[in-house]
Amino acid sequence: MRALKNPLIAALVVLIVASALGLLTNSYIQLIVLFLFVNSIMGMSLNLVNGYTGQFSLGHAGFVAVGAYFTAVMTTKFPVPDGLAGLPYFILISLGSGLLAGAFGYIVGLPSLRLKGDYLAIVTLGFGEIIRVSLNNAPYLGGALGISSIPSMPEVDLGGFVVSNYITSLLFAIFWSVVCFFVIWRLLKSSHGRCFLSVREDEIAAEAMGINTTKAKIQAFVVSSFFAGIAGALYAHFTNYVSPASFTFLMSIDAVIMVVLGGMGSMSGVLTSALIITVLPEILRSLKDYTGGVDLRMIIYSLALILIMILRPKGLFGDKEINLNWRKNVGSST
Amino acid sequence: MEELLQHLINGLSLGSIYALIALGYTMVYGILQMINFAHSEVYMMGAFFAYYTAKYLNLSSSPGFGSLAIVLVVTMVLCSLLGLAIEKFAYRPLRKAPKLNVLITAIGVSLFLQYFAQLVFGADPKVFPTLIEEQTLFTIAGAPIKSFDVTILVVSLVSMGVLHFLVYHTKLGKAMRAVSHNASVASILGINVSRVIAYTFIIGSSLAGIGAILVGIKYQKIEPMMGTMIGLKAFVAAVLGGIGSIAGAVTGGLILGISEILVVVYGSSQYRDALAFLILIFILLVKPAGMFGKNRIEKV
Amino acid sequence: MSAPLLDVRNITMQFGGLKAVESLSFQVQKGQLAGLIGPNGAGKTTVFNMLTGVYTPTSGEVAFESKKISGLKPFEISSHGLTRTFQNIRLFKDLTVLENVLIANHQHVKYTWTDALFLTEAFQVEETKLVNRAKDILNIFGLSNKFNERSANLPYGEQRKLEIVRALMTEPKMILLDEPAAGMNHSETHSLMELIAKIRKEFNLTVLLIEHDMKLVMGICEQIFVLDHGVKIEDGAPEKIKTSKKVIEAYLGVDADESH
Repeated sequence: MRALKNPLIAALVVLIVASALGLLTNSYIQLIVLFLFVNSIMGMSLNLVNGYTGQFSLGHAGFVAVGAYFTAVMTTKFPVPDGLAGLPYFILISLGSGLLAGAFGYIVGLPSLRLKGDYLAIVTLGFGEIIRVSLNNAPYLGGALGISSIPSMPEVDLGGFVVSNYITSLLFAIFWSVVCFFVIWRLLKSSHGRCFLSVREDEIAAEAMGINTTKAKIQAFVVSSFFAGIAGALYAHFTNYVSPASFTFLMSIDAVIMVVLGGMGSMSGVLTSALIITVLPEILRSLKDYTGGVDLRMIIYSLALILIMILRPKGLFGDKEINLNWRKNVGSST
Repeated sequence: MEELLQHLINGLSLGSIYALIALGYTMVYGILQMINFAHSEVYMMGAFFAYYTAKYLNLSSSPGFGSLAIVLVVTMVLCSLLGLAIEKFAYRPLRKAPKLNVLITAIGVSLFLQYFAQLVFGADPKVFPTLIEEQTLFTIAGAPIKSFDVTILVVSLVSMGVLHFLVYHTKLGKAMRAVSHNASVASILGINVSRVIAYTFIIGSSLAGIGAILVGIKYQKIEPMMGTMIGLKAFVAAVLGGIGSIAGAVTGGLILGISEILVVVYGSSQYRDALAFLILIFILLVKPAGMFGKNRIEKV
Repeated sequence: MSAPLLDVRNITMQFGGLKAVESLSFQVQKGQLAGLIGPNGAGKTTVFNMLTGVYTPTSGEVAFESKKISGLKPFEISSHGLTRTFQNIRLFKDLTVLENVLIANHQHVKYTWTDALFLTEAFQVEETKLVNRAKDILNIFGLSNKFNERSANLPYGEQRKLEIVRALMTEPKMILLDEPAAGMNHSETHSLMELIAKIRKEFNLTVLLIEHDMKLVMGICEQIFVLDHGVKIEDGAPEKIKTSKKVIEAYLGVDADESH
């Protein structure tokens, strides 16, 4: 079990076991498993801004939407370029989704992150809404109807042995989850990532120690937006359909809950709460009949936000990890 | 010409509603340095308080200033109680906590009220009862002046007048300004900071309640999600004017209201909601302190 | 005399109607250990805030190594080699002692994001060097067994020391210490002052410190500036300050206890 000491491996094992459960059962469960990964990426990436850098974004759904629509447009309106079929094509498209979302992150972050205070929350909230309104009014992007028939991951034929498109989807999702985890994890073990932490801890002291806090905040925000875009790309492939209604404020709140519930600045915490956030709505779905169609989930989430802040302000995990070794030895373990 | 005049009046009444709500944001920000995300939900709840008050007292059968006054008073009291409760149970325990935690709590309260309202009042829009009959009172340069707009302008002007008196000519106002300037010094000087904060919430929430009734009168439709957009815009108005500044909130509200109507009329209604955010981003880039705001200097 | 390392020319800081500091000028020569003293509320910390870019002076200019630094952002000033500690301790509370110190060296870090992501040799070599350097300085300050302690959990005196270590890690030419001995007892203060003298030599530093304790300042500073109500009322060697009527008046008048 020594390998489990490494949080990367531990997280992977958890996720793979969870996925294996999905393999055995029906397509409904399969989709939930895929969404566990989409949510994990959303949560981990938002954690970089809200948890590690101490800023507060409320518009994560906007960046997910940018990524999802990029993938939707590229895969439905443009032909697959010659000699670029299969997984490499999908990876390239999702990379494009991430880059576009990252660019949006830069544009949104620049005016708001120069300032201290809560402006980022308001600007990102506004951004999320603007994206949704613009999508509604863009005929090329399908308006309120959105874009359908987005291709799923392809089946892969390995000399007679056909890997189903669920498996390739799963591998694709695992691939990006691992990349997201790895990038954030490695960054935080470097001087660049420590800058993010110092911004969270004390901006004035960080500046006095020679750290360009605005630059650090924008970097964190762009990386976070990039992975939100990736999550969007996965979303588009897995549901085959995107519309403005998919990327509401509630999706941003989902991401916020994952960060706050798990503990701002804990990867394990975020992954755990990603699991809760993915499964809970499915459990609560049956209750909708009794509440006149009102989503009880949001009442639970909102109460959870308030109670966590008052009773356990650092979240369930605080900034601790399930495997504590890696943060303790920042620097020395390399 | 008459058309333009009419649009200006329209913009003015929309703007004064923004201003009323913006005042709540700006006053709380001035005193606690926090964005009270739940303010827009106090406004929304105000609309429902007014709706049920009018319904149970059967006031829509006798529209007029008497009915309006009753609804205004009841709504202001209920909104104040709600505002006080939010402050006491959600914000006060976090007075010393990091700003981020307070912000998250505020968002939590806001969401809770939105969905709680859906659960209790139903998610569907409701028709606001008639408190003022729609009629053309008189015409200026050919432009008909509607009773709604006159009501809105009169009520907002009176509210702002009372607020101005409260803040600049009473002991409470002096205490509020002192706390806003420097809370710790104010408390050393014997000002009961908690009481001042409570009064700030009472005033801000009452104004939100008034705003809600005016919106109900003008647009006749209320629903649990009505607070989100208008709250955001009012906040933008507060930032535009300079957050923490009372004159700024009013000016910002009016500018936003008028320019929004002009965009709808001469541009496209689709850009209506985008306008506020473009203004916000522009202000943050060019003059983050807003028109009337001063740059706060953080104590080191 | 060569050009001073720090040249403060007529700086004024105005908050609304209040002039916290008024046309203050002074110079610190390279290698000096200077002190900035004055009764409570004299504006000492405001001066530090202006020197380090937290505030931009309302008027006047600050030059460091003959280059104008007033108006620059704090991190830019830090990269010129001027850094500070804070009177009201501003450590990165939730981070470990080692992390606190490592962060301060960021501006000298050469490895890139890619190096960090792919654990390249450049990353590993530099990171090891960084950690060793951090540990060396921590050792000097007697914090060798606290590397992985959460910095907020350190006792008060050690937090103050950690602030100095962190500042040293920016590789400064000059360091501003804001009441480094506040809250320490007599012997702790004494050993801290010895330490400051030692690191000044070892790191080739120029030091300007704010201190309340007159005796202490007199003991180690070569040059002293006295501030009262935002105005410089005296400067010179300790002997001169000791006998200055203006200084005695300022201290006796406002804050007799502090002058001992």
